[in-house]
Amino acid sequence: MAEKPKVAFYWCASCGGCEEAVVDLEEQILKVVDAVDIVLWPVALDFKRRDIEAMPDQSIAVAFINGGIRMSEQEEWVHMLRKKARIVVAFGACAHLGGIPGLANLADRRRIFDTVYREVPTQEGQPGTFPQESSEPDGNRLALPAFWDEVKALDQVIDVDYYLPGCAPPPKLIWGAIEAILTGALPPKGAVLSPNKACCDDCPRKDSKPDKIELTEIKRPATHVADPDLCFLAQGFVCLGPATRSGCGNPCIEGNMPCRGCMGPMDDVFDQGAKFLSAFASILAPKTEAEIDRLLDQIPDPVGTFYRFSLPKSLLHRRRPGATV
Amino acid sequence: MATTAFEPRIVAFFCNWCTYTASDLAGTARLAYEPTAPVIRVMCSGRVDPQFVLKALQEGADGVLIGGCHPGDCHYQEGNYKTLRRFRLLKRILSQFGVEDERVRLEWISASEGDRVQHVINEMTDQLRKLGPWHARS
Ligand code: SF4
Ligand code: SF4
Ligand code: SF4
Ligand code: FES
Repeated sequence: MAEKPKVAFYWCASCGGCEEAVVDLEEQILKVVDAVDIVLWPVALDFKRRDIEAMPDQSIAVAFINGGIRMSEQEEWVHMLRKKARIVVAFGACAHLGGIPGLANLADRRRIFDTVYREVPTQEGQPGTFPQESSEPDGNRLALPAFWDEVKALDQVIDVDYYLPGCAPPPKLIWGAIEAILTGALPPKGAVLSPNKACCDDCPRKDSKPDKIELTEIKRPATHVADPDLCFLAQGFVCLGPATRSGCGNPCIEGNMPCRGCMGPMDDVFDQGAKFLSAFASILAPKTEAEIDRLLDQIPDPVGTFYRFSLPKSLLHRRRPGATV
Repeated sequence: MATTAFEPRIVAFFCNWCTYTASDLAGTARLAYEPTAPVIRVMCSGRVDPQFVLKALQEGADGVLIGGCHPGDCHYQEGNYKTLRRFRLLKRILSQFGVEDERVRLEWISASEGDRVQHVINEMTDQLRKLGPWHARS
């Protein structure tokens, strides 16, 4: 029997949800296991770095990498996987766009360390004890990976062949990608493996989205209960559907939560947050600066809301280092 | 150590019907002003996608100036109200990204206000000289 294609799964700055998404393939996972040889999957199987290092270059058919990149060790791993694999797939919003960990790009390493190791009330031990890249307790040298000032999406670190969007990617798309890879029926390099149309196009509420909306109030799921049938934008909730790629199956909408944009932008959009901002500002009613500002005060964290999953891949990538405003 | 004086680069998006005409007028009236702001003509200030502003900053501009018709005077009725709403929201995002207030500016300048173009570009150039370049000063 011919050798089965080798597949690697790896995780970087991630939450584990993308691993869960693979398990969510349910019985289809057995088909995957039948068809391929999994050579790396840290969450489920015990492989060591040296096992992968020992493999010939290009010997892995496909590496699925999830999570953002924020530490030197993750960078080393993805460079190695790039060498060993013929196809690299950025798996999930964090690898695709920077994702939730990428929101840390509003701060920097110092700010994060200060908060986590000095200021949080639940800090135990000696506040202000920071992780050291190198230390020598009792004469033994210990090393930790370097923690970067910013989080990067996978393609800001290595060349990426395909993107599986979503937080986490829906099983249907994962299975579709695996099938396409196994049968060689792949789209051109660089493709996002999900339909290039807006989330609104597939939304069960789209017929209730009026042509013209004029909002005088902005609502939040934390403070208002949404009508279960009407378009969220028409109700005054921030819903990123118009600026987000479809293919997720609209689970949030089904659960009466507005879309937060995890599938990322459509092709040809440089900046998902600005794209949404533009559409959203158009449906606000006020015409004077004071009234507009009063309405906008109802969005406490616009970057966190519009760039929830895409800050590292936004045009500006991050808050400017050393900014004073 | 040689230091070259920093000259800011401003990308100006001017509406065809008012601010662009005003900058033309400033030219014919021979009003001298700083050569820091090459103008991109758009049909309406409402055409200025917020992505253009971010793209300009990303590609090395130190400031962005948007010029449109006064409220009520937009050739397309509502375009400049849309611009104002986008601008107010964009400013909030810019400040979270660490972009200082003076770097991105919206001005209503009618076709007859050539002197206003002169004043705004000079003032903004001055402010940006003080702020320094947008891209990492090292
Ligand atoms: S994309 Fe979502 S599920 Fe996947 S690692 Fe990131 S946060 Fe977790
Ligand atoms: S804005 Fe949201 S709720 Fe309305 S149609 Fe689009 S995805 Fe559906
Ligand atoms: S509805 Fe929006 S946030 Fe929810 S899964 Fe789809 S793209 Fe992601
Ligand atoms: S036409 Fe000048 S702002 Fe719309």
